[in-house]
Amino acid sequence: MGWPRSIVGALQRLNQRGLAERGDLFLSISREYTLQRSVPGERHGYILRSFGANAYRSEAQERKSSIPVEIPVPYQLHKLSEGPPQHTQTTQDELMKYYRDMALIRRMEITADILFKSQQIRGFCHLYDGQEAVAVGLVEALTDDDSIITAYRDHGLYLARGGTLFECFSELMGKRTGCSGGKGGSMHLYNVKKRFYGGWGIVGTSAPLGAGLSFAHKYLNKKSVAVAIYGDGAANQGQIYEAKNLAALWDLPLILLVENNHFGMGTAEWRASKQITFYDRVHYIPGLKIDGMDVFAVREAICYAKEHCMSGKGPIVVECDTYRYHGHSMSDPGSTYRTHDEIKGIRQERDPINHVRKLILKEGFATADDLKSMDKEIRKEVEEAAAKAKEAPQPAKDALFAHIYKNDAALQFHGFVR
Amino acid sequence: MAFFARASPSQAIRRLKDQSQFLNRLLCSCGWQNRSIATAVDDAKASVHSSVESGGKKRINLCSAINDALYIALDSDPRSYVFGEDVGFGGVFRCTTGLADTFGKHRVFNTPLCEQGIVGFGIGLAAMGNRAVAEIQFADYIFPAFDQIVNEAAKFRYRSGNLFNCGGLTIRTPYGAVGHGALYHSQSPEAYFCHVPGLKVVIPRSPTQAKGLLLAAIRDPNPVIFFEPKWLYRLSVEDVPEGDYTLPLSQAEVIREGGDITLVGWGAQLAIMEEACVEASKEGISCELIDLRTLLPWDKEIVEASVNKTGRLLVSHEAPITGGFGAEIAASITERCFLRLESPVARVCGLDTPFPLVFEPFYMPTKNKILDAIKASVNF
Repeated sequence: MGWPRSIVGALQRLNQRGLAERGDLFLSISREYTLQRSVPGERHGYILRSFGANAYRSEAQERKSSIPVEIPVPYQLHKLSEGPPQHTQTTQDELMKYYRDMALIRRMEITADILFKSQQIRGFCHLYDGQEAVAVGLVEALTDDDSIITAYRDHGLYLARGGTLFECFSELMGKRTGCSGGKGGSMHLYNVKKRFYGGWGIVGTSAPLGAGLSFAHKYLNKKSVAVAIYGDGAANQGQIYEAKNLAALWDLPLILLVENNHFGMGTAEWRASKQITFYDRVHYIPGLKIDGMDVFAVREAICYAKEHCMSGKGPIVVECDTYRYHGHSMSDPGSTYRTHDEIKGIRQERDPINHVRKLILKEGFATADDLKSMDKEIRKEVEEAAAKAKEAPQPAKDALFAHIYKNDAALQFHGFVR
Repeated sequence: MAFFARASPSQAIRRLKDQSQFLNRLLCSCGWQNRSIATAVDDAKASVHSSVESGGKKRINLCSAINDALYIALDSDPRSYVFGEDVGFGGVFRCTTGLADTFGKHRVFNTPLCEQGIVGFGIGLAAMGNRAVAEIQFADYIFPAFDQIVNEAAKFRYRSGNLFNCGGLTIRTPYGAVGHGALYHSQSPEAYFCHVPGLKVVIPRSPTQAKGLLLAAIRDPNPVIFFEPKWLYRLSVEDVPEGDYTLPLSQAEVIREGGDITLVGWGAQLAIMEEACVEASKEGISCELIDLRTLLPWDKEIVEASVNKTGRLLVSHEAPITGGFGAEIAASITERCFLRLESPVARVCGLDTPFPLVFEPFYMPTKNKILDAIKASVNF
């Protein structure tokens, strides 16, 4: 970026006094860690936050309309003296945005379920509903400079990271208009512009790949991190430990996010792992365990983790205690290894969308009817996108041989030899 | 050798017979001409009939046949174990249903998600004289274990000068296209493993074959990878003998006699090839269809004898054509039967692309592609 420190410092001070002009200049500075705030009425430490362009607000405005939010579930820390705060701030716009984003993902997954059962989507489909808070909170805490890489349960993250419904449905149905041209399917959603390195089919792959991404980020010197996401089932793969060692050895800015939904396909975590916590697996990498159904907890934890990485301390593990309502994939009813009561209980007590809904209603930012009409609107939007995707064409025949190699026009591919 | 000590007399006799046949074949491959196809086929049939005590047959599908074979294997040897991801409740294809309940969780158990660990663990278990039947949930996931299979399992006996071995290891894994599997639930990786001396690769085509071959594979004193065609798990239904029987490894089977062209395949592809043979016969081309059954070490004699009869060869498999096992068969037969061949060896295989998503029908070696190749070969 190249701004001299003195000018940056001056502008930061202007910012704090609420006098700085909003504009590109400020946005580019706000990408650094500029905002300090403290929770009113409490002696609280220094909270560093990085804002993406779309989350920017001036502090004055925030003080006016922000409300305090509790993060009720305490963090569990490993090799960390102090964790993220148990309180945060939010505004009406933010709450409505989180509600909308999560409801969109939820509706998308339900629609994908219906489409799969009516054979519009074929192959394998791994649904994300229940885990929306992780995707939304993660993306909220990161900037467009950060990279995200995950496993096959990637619909939610794809949408949260700027993917469109139409491209997502098209890809699920294998149509030309899909984000991967219809060549990948449900497990292979990508977004280059937003650095979403996508969906990978083989379990555990995301960790060493994430280590590589974070190495590149370190070179770029742009205060950005790589987030590698994997699950509780994947946590016993050898390559996870290889990646952890690499990242720690070279102090890579890697956030290892464990989406612990407690079941590796049909196997409960206590049947697969000697140690059923994942944030403290390796003693030389610090970690924290958070409530993954609380979007604010995820946001705060990722901000905290990013700060950790940016201060050169190397990788960190963030374990999100979350839950998936559907089975592992569409071939799994999801009820042979857990009870319906358990699923219902989680829906009632810990549903991420309900959590935000309760806040909205409590603060009076919207009425129940408003939210209902928003749900209806989202449903309409999703169904329209699905219908549009159904009409889309399949990939052209020459797409079969395309992109096997770069510059592959001259290569001859043959199916049988006479 | 530990396995011989525990074998029943009939098993020991059969093993000696297998070994003498192997010796026979070894001599053949060095140029001694004292075998015929008839012997191989008769032997195969004989071993099915003679070793089935009760005459009963049951109409079951492929996954039930495999379940049956595992049941018998666990029953007959108290030091055998079945393990893998999710095998406890029956597995994703229900091939291991009921085994944990019958034999206990200390013999049929789930492993965590770690293929390299599963195979390495199986090698260790087998090195102590046990029969370890490891399941890799889909053949597409076998690659983390590739190092253990190729570098450890295949070479253990050789590099220890026969002091140690892991012959009790059998790796079962579903392979092949299933209609909608896309890139990571449809691969056919048999060719990678056929390149490794020390391993055996076995692929059944039907429930009867699967049960007999799996039991033979489990009892074979060498590490075996048993690829199960997942498309046929429910689709292929047959009358399967109820008792304990094995089918010989490294023996191909002629499943359709003919005189114009020899077709060689394995697994689910044989059903497609059989359809092509039927269509070809309507046009007056009589096709001989051979099921290799064991890809490594494969039965060169049967194929050679058949090509010496027909003068033409076509190989078909789902895996991509370049470097597929068809290439090995083509090269070997060309070496052996060069002057007899009337047309080049044809290979009708998957395309040289990753296994596609929506393009699966274009990728697959379909009946029409095979039929075209048969006609081209005959009219060469």
